[in-house]
Amino acid sequence: MSDLVLGARLLLRILRAGELNLLAMALALAVAAMATVALFTDRTRLALEQEANRLLGADLVFTSSREIDATFEQDARARGLSALGTLSFRSMASRGDTTLLAEITAVEPGYPLRGTTRIATNRSQQGEAPRAIPAPGTLWGDERLFGQLGLQTGDEIRLGNRSFRVAALLTQDPSLTLSIFGMGPRIILREDDVESTGLLGPGSRAVHRLLVAGERTKVEAYRAWAVPRVQSGVRVEGVRDARPEIRNALERSERFMSLAALTAVALATVAVMLTARRFQQRQQDVCAMLRCLGAGQWRVFRLQLVQLVGVGVVASLIGAVGGYAGQAVLGEWLGSMVGIVLPQPGVAAALRAAALGLVLMLSFGLPPLFALRSVPALRVLRGDVVTASKSGAGAYLVGIACVAGLVLWHASDMRLAVYVLLGCLATLACAAALTWLCLRLLNATSAGGGVSWRYGIASLRRRPLGTVWQVVALSLGLAAVLTLTLIRSDLLDAWQGNLPADAPNRFLINIQPDQVESVRGMLHARLGSTPDFYPMVRARLVAINGAAVDPRQYEDRARRLVEREFNVSWASMLPGHNRITAGTWHASSTAMSNSLSVEDGIARTLGIKLGDRLTYDVAGERFEAPVTSLRKVEWDSFRVNFFVIGSSALLDKYPATYITSFHLPPRAGELLNELVAHFPTVVVIDVASLVSQVQSMIAQVSRAVTFIFVFTIAAGILVLYAGIVATHDERMREVAIMRTLGANRTQVLQAYTTEFAIVGALAGLFAAAAASALGFALARNLLGLPYAGDPWVWLLGIVVGVIAVCSAGIFFTRGVLATPPLTSLRQLT
Amino acid sequence: MEAVGLVKQVTSDGHALNIVDNVSLTVFPGESVAIVGVSGSGKSTLLGLLAGLDTPSAGRVCLDGDDLSSMSEDGRAAVRARVLGFVFQSFQLLPAYTAIENVMLPLELVRRADARDAARELLDRVGLGQRINHYPKQLSGGEQQRVALARAFVTRPKLLLADEPTGNLDSATGANIVELMFELNRERGATLLLVTHDEAISRRCERTLRLAAGRLVDEALA
Repeated sequence: MSDLVLGARLLLRILRAGELNLLAMALALAVAAMATVALFTDRTRLALEQEANRLLGADLVFTSSREIDATFEQDARARGLSALGTLSFRSMASRGDTTLLAEITAVEPGYPLRGTTRIATNRSQQGEAPRAIPAPGTLWGDERLFGQLGLQTGDEIRLGNRSFRVAALLTQDPSLTLSIFGMGPRIILREDDVESTGLLGPGSRAVHRLLVAGERTKVEAYRAWAVPRVQSGVRVEGVRDARPEIRNALERSERFMSLAALTAVALATVAVMLTARRFQQRQQDVCAMLRCLGAGQWRVFRLQLVQLVGVGVVASLIGAVGGYAGQAVLGEWLGSMVGIVLPQPGVAAALRAAALGLVLMLSFGLPPLFALRSVPALRVLRGDVVTASKSGAGAYLVGIACVAGLVLWHASDMRLAVYVLLGCLATLACAAALTWLCLRLLNATSAGGGVSWRYGIASLRRRPLGTVWQVVALSLGLAAVLTLTLIRSDLLDAWQGNLPADAPNRFLINIQPDQVESVRGMLHARLGSTPDFYPMVRARLVAINGAAVDPRQYEDRARRLVEREFNVSWASMLPGHNRITAGTWHASSTAMSNSLSVEDGIARTLGIKLGDRLTYDVAGERFEAPVTSLRKVEWDSFRVNFFVIGSSALLDKYPATYITSFHLPPRAGELLNELVAHFPTVVVIDVASLVSQVQSMIAQVSRAVTFIFVFTIAAGILVLYAGIVATHDERMREVAIMRTLGANRTQVLQAYTTEFAIVGALAGLFAAAAASALGFALARNLLGLPYAGDPWVWLLGIVVGVIAVCSAGIFFTRGVLATPPLTSLRQLT
Repeated sequence: MEAVGLVKQVTSDGHALNIVDNVSLTVFPGESVAIVGVSGSGKSTLLGLLAGLDTPSAGRVCLDGDDLSSMSEDGRAAVRARVLGFVFQSFQLLPAYTAIENVMLPLELVRRADARDAARELLDRVGLGQRINHYPKQLSGGEQQRVALARAFVTRPKLLLADEPTGNLDSATGANIVELMFELNRERGATLLLVTHDEAISRRCERTLRLAAGRLVDEALA
């Protein structure tokens, strides 16, 4: 009989006897938690991305001023993706004597690929999704076109050589996002109608787009294939590239969810660590007996390994299946709640969680196995003989290192994982050291107090290692729960606070300096608020530290940034929603009269450092100034933001226009018509759909985190249970002896309450410290959110720690109290 | 079995203490030998050394032609598997295994295909044929020790080592166990070396060695 078979048999025996229940349950729950969270966040992430892609009308957009090579469309179709082209250009549209410059988009049937256009018959309607693109000879126009030409549906307007019937009012169009800084009213018509207008001849300026959509992995593969092959001048963008607001929001959403997922992993790790330790302690006798019966060291190791791997595989698979089922239920529930269909998850995430579970098991199970291998056979004669290497910290360091490596490899966000890991390790080290110190202090002060108090303290001191271990594990568990509490409340609130219900949803650009006061007055009169106006100058970056900027030196996004003109603003006060991350803001002192402040993201992309001298070209005139500060900007706050802000002295001599943003309440659309009528050059940009997109993302993330929180609590209870039963056997013996010596039930209970309360208070205190520190670091450095800390966490940590540990402790050990002392003693001998 | 000049020294509070002090003895095939002594006289430690469960500070043990002192722990384990059977004061049944699984274990370790049948036969022999699927905690002390006896004899060991086999039992049950042990020993032709402080048991052995403060002080032939 091979050791594999024998090992499997032994495994079945201990499984049947329930010896492995706790470990298997911990592992299965750990894997289920990780799988559910991973699968669910995966799905939510996909859904968020898909939702965001509605803003683009596609998953991927190719943009070029020349016709895009037809092979890209053919290849996309060949890969099972949907693809279609659009063409945008500007032209005069006229009705009677009135003419205006309109932005025309010609589309093919099937447009848009993501999201929906909405049309209405008049301006009082919200609009609904059309069944098809405009019929031949007809077009749709937006509100501004209707307003400025005084149109009704059914009217005729002229474009070039021919006239079109205005079939509907366009109330929503995904491609608006692409031309967010475009000018003029918008028109949508069929691509095959364009030729008859005669508007586009050779050399005409037009923007060609190819929209592509389909299954995410296919789109990604296609993108990877296409990007190196496109002609120069063709841009390939997903929604992240096109909209910094959405990129920012998506990244933040992912971080929130990864963070929640990592807390689940941390808790799972603690649960497995605790139960593996208990399992190892209980296996010592088995190993001693095996050795006594003549099994060699490696044979004992092999037999134990088979059992460990066996239970690991079985529990991990059960967990993975459970996780898959869990997220399916959750997906249904959440999907119906937010009204979106969550994309189907990949099985890969479940298998990855199972693999993670197995590694978890081996990381914490193998090191003790090496120790078990050398359990002295003498233990069968003398039960107090323990293994030479014991369950030393060294063995666990190996386990922790393995898990840390795995988490880093598994994590989608390396920095986040590093933060969480460092947080866990710091908690572990500090909690261990401080608990040890507290035990020493208790040693010195325990002379007074009643019997129960003294017994409680003595009980802690009698097994210092066990106590330290228990406090450390519970601290880690509680810290994970508290951190998630902070994330759920404070951090999500902070994000939501960035984008209140009245967040700006319209931008006004191209305001001339002499119009500022009148526009301000009109907004104040109608809305009761006066938004800030910011001057801006179009400038092109031409040199960094005297070296000419060559777009060819830059990659993709950076190249596009240096190829185009920037809007550079000036201000003497730092805008309230900006934060300096390096250097000093150019106060109005003379020493700083020539200086620039650069947004830190673009500084990184372009390799600009504090102190670099930048040269800009404004309409043929150049100026040079040093970078004296770097700023962090809330892109998803929808307030006016600039990559570069200069000092007034540097810029106020150039011709500028002004920009502002404000919140337009629903049904106040008249204001826009009035604005446009009074100030024809002013352009209104509607970002309402972007704002509501980000708001709904926050809401979805918030729900997802709440769900994960429930899971975390379940895992937390398991940790609590595992932490308490870790000392179960010793406790049983103690209770039996105490009761034999005449202690009554109340005295025993009081002693335990003392013991558990101290353990709970310490764990709660350390957990609160860890959660506060981690919450603070994460908010500031990773999520870019203002967070001042929450004093309630400390109270919450200690109170929850004491109550949870005491009640769980009493609950899980109530069996011991109910068992007659003699039975306890007999079971233990 | 032959032990020569066995010493087991431990250091306690900086003082060296010989728990087993220069013990030499020989046990011949088929005989039964009792080692008696008061608590703390070093009986169990000596037994551990003779079984190769522990290593002596000085001296050597030869068992069935092998010099345990010169062997590795794994080598000694192999000798144990081949030659020895054990009965312990605290039974040492594995709580997660049923009676029959406890008895099968030594046979399974030597890859015996008929482990279950052999174990069942012996459990029948010790009177537990109806309780083979019970866990140790479902058995009384006397029954547990019977299972332990079955486990000790199931491999047909040449030498059975017993450490206070009745120490945890009342006198009537203990007497039954001792009776059974000697019967099995006879039937299977094993050599018996037991440690006890029970004079009644030692009297049933052919030879009694008395241990005091780690030294052999007396040898009496029955």
